Amino acid sequence: MLQLPCPYCGPRDELEFSCGGEAHISRPLANNKISDAAFGEYLFLRDNPKGVFLERWRHASGCRRWFNVVRDTVSHDILEVYAMGSKPRRTAGKKAYNNSWRRTTAAEAAAVNK
Amino acid sequence: MVASDIDRGHGALNDKKKRYSAFALARNAASYHQDWQRAWRKASPKASYDAVIIGGGGHGLATAYYLASVHGIKNIAVIEKGWIGGGNTGRNTTIIRSNYLWDESASIYEHALKLWEGLAQDLNFNIMFSQRGVLTIAHSEHELKEMSRRVHAIRLNGIDSDVMSPAEIKKFVPCINIDQSIRYPVMGGFVQQRGGTARHDAVAWGYARAADDMGVDIIQNCEVTGLRRKGRKIIGIDTNMGFIKTNKVGCVVAGHSSVMADMAGIHLPLASRPLQALVSEPIKPILDTVIMSNAVHMYISQSDKGEMVLGAGVDKYNSYAQRGSFPVPEHMIAAAVELFPFMSRLRMLRHWGGIVDTCPDASPILSKTDIDGLYFNCGWGTGGFKATPGSGHVFADLIANDRPNKIAAPYALSRFETGFLIDEHGAAGVAH
Repeated sequence: MLQLPCPYCGPRDELEFSCGGEAHISRPLANNKISDAAFGEYLFLRDNPKGVFLERWRHASGCRRWFNVVRDTVSHDILEVYAMGSKPRRTAGKKAYNNSWRRTTAAEAAAVNK
Repeated sequence: MVASDIDRGHGALNDKKKRYSAFALARNAASYHQDWQRAWRKASPKASYDAVIIGGGGHGLATAYYLASVHGIKNIAVIEKGWIGGGNTGRNTTIIRSNYLWDESASIYEHALKLWEGLAQDLNFNIMFSQRGVLTIAHSEHELKEMSRRVHAIRLNGIDSDVMSPAEIKKFVPCINIDQSIRYPVMGGFVQQRGGTARHDAVAWGYARAADDMGVDIIQNCEVTGLRRKGRKIIGIDTNMGFIKTNKVGCVVAGHSSVMADMAGIHLPLASRPLQALVSEPIKPILDTVIMSNAVHMYISQSDKGEMVLGAGVDKYNSYAQRGSFPVPEHMIAAAVELFPFMSRLRMLRHWGGIVDTCPDASPILSKTDIDGLYFNCGWGTGGFKATPGSGHVFADLIANDRPNKIAAPYALSRFETGFLIDEHGAAGVAH
């Protein structure tokens, strides 16, 4: 069982959390002109790495707030926890963020926060 | 709608010496069973093959078998990182059924079920296929209504399916608790009598032996380290045993599909999750069917060894660790004990996890890719075992002809662009 460090409440058992999957997927703007393929990429395709993964979690049975986690999907080590809207700061998370194919997609390029 | 004229393949194990039979058993008893032949050769990779299947689980071995027996492509290799059937093929709860809601699903799972019926004869291997019925239980009025709607849809596709009342369920499964005072009482259910179980290891071994007999090389402990291509065309694979030349590669690697796709520079809509199962200590025969429950989320059967075999849903986060989290088995045991109170005093014997590749619409992907000669068979998620023969059969057809047949066509990757999803989330008793 995982123990996740909620940045607001401290370490709690996995049971208190829900996992929101891949972090940093930006929604393309409604009025943009991206193709169905690019929109499908945003909607359905997911990074699924064997190793360092950036994901969103929510402290569902606690403060109910969202936060980001850098987790290794093989060892289950939690390498970093950081706030929504920010990017990972430590090496492993930074590398995973920059190397993800997601950064090069048309949907990301068309997103508002880019 | 379901094709009845399936080409089941032929030509395997015609050699009397190698065939398994009562006579073979008697003949070998005379030599104290010292002279049985190896079920398959220990092969090392040749320099080149007409096709290479990556992944030596049930689906990969079935693909190789049908490529050889139906399509006559025999210069092929099955590459397996570990040992054959050591992944999800040997980790599932062996449930077989075809009672899915949508036509596309009915088509592929019924295709598989028809191949299961008679597969032991096709392979000359006792896969212990037992059509003991699969009963899905409803725990609320609404669920029961939705279930009868589903039963009609399934029957329209020519697949057997019947609604059962609590009294009929009690008659069918005497050890079940139908008391209306429990938290989630049994309100009814539906049964597919042709569903059941098979011995999962035997399925891998049977396909491996039959494929090997037709010349397929089964190469174990061989890890793929890269896919080599020239422009948009596959030219071979790099492995820890060296480079293997081929211009057709079929990836059937379940939880590691995204890892293989990464090597090819393509992206899939998959999340790899642990799926857990457990067995109790063996007891005398008490449950001669398969019980599934959507609402309390648990499925259970009794193995031929007497163990109660339990499974449930996937863990909630991605993992490649082949072990699961404690709340999932705790939940499935709680559900089992409420429906079968006698189980409260059983001890757990083994518990394990496998990594399954879940798809957004809970349906598989059988597809060509942007790269010529690279095919993916993945996304079976929590319900791949039941489809093993059908999956191998249509995937072999896809590889051999470089175009999907009628059954495989809806399962192309392009559905995540067009939006023609095959949404089977919970549509067929959820638990697979």
